[in-house]
Amino acid sequence: MQKNWWKVLCIILLLYTCTYGFLVPVPDPPGVPLKQTIRNLFFHVPMWIGMMVFFSISVINSIQYLRYLNPKYDIRATEFARTGVVFGLLGLFTGMIWAHFQWGKAWSGDVKQNGAAIAVLMYFAYFVLKGSLQDEEKQARIGAVFNVFAFFMLFPTIWILPRLSESLHPGGMGSEGNPGLNPKDTTNAMRSVMYPAFIGWTLLGVWISTLRIRIKLLSA
Amino acid sequence: MFTSRGCLLLVFMVMLSATLFAQAPGAEPENMFTSNGKLGVVIAVVVTLLVGLFLYLISLDRKISRLEKK
Repeated sequence: MQKNWWKVLCIILLLYTCTYGFLVPVPDPPGVPLKQTIRNLFFHVPMWIGMMVFFSISVINSIQYLRYLNPKYDIRATEFARTGVVFGLLGLFTGMIWAHFQWGKAWSGDVKQNGAAIAVLMYFAYFVLKGSLQDEEKQARIGAVFNVFAFFMLFPTIWILPRLSESLHPGGMGSEGNPGLNPKDTTNAMRSVMYPAFIGWTLLGVWISTLRIRIKLLSA
Repeated sequence: MFTSRGCLLLVFMVMLSATLFAQAPGAEPENMFTSNGKLGVVIAVVVTLLVGLFLYLISLDRKISRLEKK
């Protein structure tokens, strides 16, 4: 049980997010058309936070694989990348729903949307590459090298380019904040749900990944 | 395959949906579910989903732990 405290934390944080997240008062500043949809901050944005965390864990394990050539690290890297892709796709789809009602179109070619889609496609390529190789050691080694490359493509696609050009998202050129958040219409009450939401959703993904890793290790 | 926990969950969900039918027109009692534009109903649905997903994850976790012990 001592090893499972973070799973309990995940459950508590997500139950808190999915109840108080609907009840917490949100600001409605004039000129900002978000209204109640700002609550998506507790559901849509954590998908991206989670994706970044999983891809980071994945690339660390890929580097560890290249150093020690232990298949354990390759399994970890693959499964965390897989959860990262799932969270990335969920982030894209939830973002499209939000965009449909907020920006009028599900896909308006916003620089952040395109960047995120490219990032997810890069990781699709990772799985295609691994799947196309027969030899398990080659699969692990080439996969690990590609994973490092894919991770460093994440920087321009989701952290740099969205800040350099005009974007519908917050944090683009000439607007305040970062690509996920506009500090002007975020209150402390919202932060009291936002950070637990980030941690809770991320822990959920870690939990799912560890389950997959354990199955893989069992069958290996 | 229905475990006893799964059946309990199903019963709980059916009971929750009863709150949807309980609204006679014209007479809307103000309780946790119907206040604030019936937002409580959405919260009940989301919490039910979450609890179901967590129970599923926990049962998977236990199954894998059992396999690991073998």
